[in-house]
Amino acid sequence: MNHLLEVNNLEINFKTYGGEVKAVRDVSFHVDKGEVVAIVGESGSGKSVTVQSIMGLIPTPPGVIKGGSIKFQGKELLRASKREMRKVKGSKIGMIFQDPMTSLNPTMIVGKQIAEGLITHQKLSKQEAKKKAIEMIKQVGIPNPEERYNQFPHEFSGGMRQRVMIAIALACNPELLIADEPTTALDVTIQAQVLELMKKLQKDTQTAIILITHDLGVVAETAQRVMVMYGGIMVESATVFDLFENPKHPYTWGLLNSIPNLEGTEKKQLIPIEGSPPDLFSPPKGCPFAPRCKYAMDICLEEMPGDYQIDESHSARCWLNDSRAPKVEMPFTLEKEKTVTVGGESID
Amino acid sequence: MTKNLVEVQSLKKYFKIKSDVTVKSVDDISFYIRKGETFGLVGESGSGKSTLGKTLVGIQAASDGDIIYNGQNIKQLNKEMKRNVNKEMQIIFQDPHASLNPRMRVGDIIAEGIDAYKLFSGKDRTNRIYELLERVGLSPQHAKRYPHEFSGGQRQRIGIARALAVEPKFIVADEPISALDVSIQAQVINLLEDLKVSEDLTYLFIAHDLGMVKHISDRIGVMYLGKMMELSNSDDMFTNPLHPYTQALLSAIPKTNPRDAKRERIVLAGDPPSPTNPPSGCRFRTRCPHAMEVCALQEPQWKEVEKEHWTACHLY
Ligand SMILES: Nc1ncnc2c1ncn2[C@@H]1O[C@H](COP(=O)(O)OP(=O)(O)OP(=O)(O)O)[C@@H](O)[C@H]1O
Ligand SMILES: Nc1ncnc2c1ncn2[C@@H]1O[C@H](COP(=O)(O)OP(=O)(O)OP(=O)(O)O)[C@@H](O)[C@H]1O
Ligand code: SF4
Ligand SMILES: [Mg+2]
Ligand SMILES: [Mg+2]
Repeated sequence: MNHLLEVNNLEINFKTYGGEVKAVRDVSFHVDKGEVVAIVGESGSGKSVTVQSIMGLIPTPPGVIKGGSIKFQGKELLRASKREMRKVKGSKIGMIFQDPMTSLNPTMIVGKQIAEGLITHQKLSKQEAKKKAIEMIKQVGIPNPEERYNQFPHEFSGGMRQRVMIAIALACNPELLIADEPTTALDVTIQAQVLELMKKLQKDTQTAIILITHDLGVVAETAQRVMVMYGGIMVESATVFDLFENPKHPYTWGLLNSIPNLEGTEKKQLIPIEGSPPDLFSPPKGCPFAPRCKYAMDICLEEMPGDYQIDESHSARCWLNDSRAPKVEMPFTLEKEKTVTVGGESID
Repeated sequence: MTKNLVEVQSLKKYFKIKSDVTVKSVDDISFYIRKGETFGLVGESGSGKSTLGKTLVGIQAASDGDIIYNGQNIKQLNKEMKRNVNKEMQIIFQDPHASLNPRMRVGDIIAEGIDAYKLFSGKDRTNRIYELLERVGLSPQHAKRYPHEFSGGQRQRIGIARALAVEPKFIVADEPISALDVSIQAQVINLLEDLKVSEDLTYLFIAHDLGMVKHISDRIGVMYLGKMMELSNSDDMFTNPLHPYTQALLSAIPKTNPRDAKRERIVLAGDPPSPTNPPSGCRFRTRCPHAMEVCALQEPQWKEVEKEHWTACHLY
C-alpha cells in the first residue's frame, strides 16, 4: 500500500562552530490520507528539523542531509528539483509555523498574501483569487472578511494571524498540512479556537495533518497517532490510545508522569525526569535517554536499541522491549490502579 | 489562626503610553494572600498578572490603592522599614535566560541580594552560596561557572537560589516554568513545593498552564483585562467555576486523556479587546455567551457569592 508520506532512515546534521550536531538520526515514519499525526518531544529533539526537511527548508549549509528518503505520493522529495519542490509546496503541502509574524509579509495586505498562491498554483484570475481569499478569511472564522482582506498583519491579533496562516496554507486544498507548534504562542481560549478550526477543516477536506506540539493535552484531543522524539531519534510511535494507555518507552512514561492530573481533588507529587536533555554534539553512544533513565542497563550505555515492533501500529526504541531484558513495571498515571509491564518473561 | 501576609486594597497600576492613551493594567483589585498559602494567578496574556506581581513586590510603584504587608501599610513605612519589607518579598522571572547577567559568575548572581543588604561577607558569604546551591539541587562547584553553561531548568534553579538568598517570606513566581521542557517543569515545581515547606514561604504563582496552577495552588484568582474576575479555593474553581470567563477558560484546557477528548467545550468567539479601550460595563461582555443588557451599562461588583468564593458578574 502506498502512504501519502513516507519517510525512511532520515539523517540530518548541522555543521556548527561547536562541532557537528546530529539533529535527526535514523527517523522513519509515514502519514496516511486524512489522519492527524502528532510529534512530541523535548526541545531540540529534532521535531522542527524533521518537518522542515519535508518542505525542503533545511538550509544547506550548515545543514547536511546525510541520508534517507522522503516520499510524497510516491515521489522522492529529497532529490526533487527546485521547480518540482515549489509546485509541491504551493499546492500539495501547506505549512504553519509557531510564530505567524515571522512568516507573514509585514508590508503586504493579508488578502493578497492568501490570493498569491491561488494565482500562481491554481491559475485563478485576480478577481477569482480575491473572491476565494475572502471566502477563506471567512472560513477560518475572522469577522468582516472584505474589510480584513485589505489590512496588514500588524492589525491582526496573534490568534487571527495564526488563522490567516491557516487560510494561506489551506487555500490550495493541500493533501498534507504541517503545523509546527501552531498554538504554542497563543492563550488557551484562542488555542481552542485554532484547534477547533483545524479539526473542522480536516474533517471537511480530508487533509492529513502533522502536528508538532509539546502539549500532551493537544495530542490527546486531536491526533490519531503520535510520534515521540528524544535526542534526534524517534523513541516511540503509537496510536494515541496506546501511547497514553500502554506506552513502552521510559521517556514517554516520564512525560506522562510529569503532567499534573486535572481530574479529582487529591494532590499527588509530580514525578519529574531527573537530569538534563542530551548534548547533541556528542550524543551518548547508546540510547540517548540512558543518562536520565531510571531503568538503564549496561547495554543501554553501549549500544543504540533497535526499533522494537510491539504490534503493527506501535514501536519503541528501548532495550526493555527485548525478550532478554528484565521485566519492568511502570507506575501509571492515567488510570491509577493500572500498571504496565514491558519486556520479556517474568523472572520470578 | 491563618493570617493574611499580603492584603491588596483597590490597587491600581496605570501606564500612560501616549499623552491621551492609558493602559489600566491593574484596575481596582482587592484581595488577600494568606500566610503560608500558594495563591495561583491565571488569565489571558496581557490581563495584568505580571504587573500585579511586580507592583506587589515593589518593583513598580502603585498608581493608587494600598498594599498591606504583614499588617503594615507599605505607603506609611519609612525608608528603613520599606527596605526590610522589600527584602522579604522576592520575585522569580519567567525567562531564565534573560534574567541572569551572562557576565557574572553564578555565585555572584546568587549573592546579589546578600551583597545589597550586606548580610554576609568573606567566608560566610561563600558558605551561604554553597548552601543555597545545594538547597536548589545544584552543587558548590557550580558557583564559579557562568549562566550559559547551564540548561534552562538549572538556570531557573539559579534564579530561585538568588531569590532565597535574602531569606524572603513572600515570593512572586512569574511563570517560572513556561520556558522549560515538560520533563523539567516537574523538577522545578517539586523544588518550589519543597522549599515552601522548609523555608516557610508564601507564594504568588503566576502561570498560564492551568493544570500546574491547580496542582500547586491553594487558592486561585482569575484576571481578565486588568480586573479580577473570580477568586476561590483551587478545588472549587475547577469543580464550580462561576464566572463565564472562568468557565470558558477551564473548558478550553485540552484533556490529557484521549478517551475524554471528545467532549463539548465552550469556544469563545473573538479576541480579547484592546486594553487601552476596554468595553464599558463588564470587560468580558464582548465575548461572553451570557451577556445581557445590564452588562454593557454597569460594571458588575466584586461579591462573595458563596463562602470564600468571589466573582464579578451580573449573573450573580
Ligand atoms: N540552522 C541550524 N543550524 C544549526 N543547528 C540547527 C539548525 N536548525 C536546527 N539546529 C539544531 O538541530 C537540533 C534540532 O532542532 P529542532 O529545531 O528540530 O528542535 P525541536 O525538536 O523542534 O525543538 P523545539 O521544541 O525547541 O522547537 C537542535 O539541536 C538545533 O540546535
Ligand atoms: N511598562 C509598561 N508600559 C506600558 N504598558 C505596560 C507596561 N507593563 C505592562 N503594560 C501593559 O499592561 C497590560 C498588562 O501587562 P502584563 O505584562 O501585566 O500582562 P500579563 O497578564 O502578565 O500577560 P502575559 O501572560 O502575556 O505575561 C498589557 O496591556 C501591557 O501591554
Ligand atoms: S457580567 Fe455579564 S458580560 Fe460579564 S461575564 Fe457576567 S454575564 Fe457576561
Ligand atoms: Mg521546533
Ligand atoms: Mg506576564
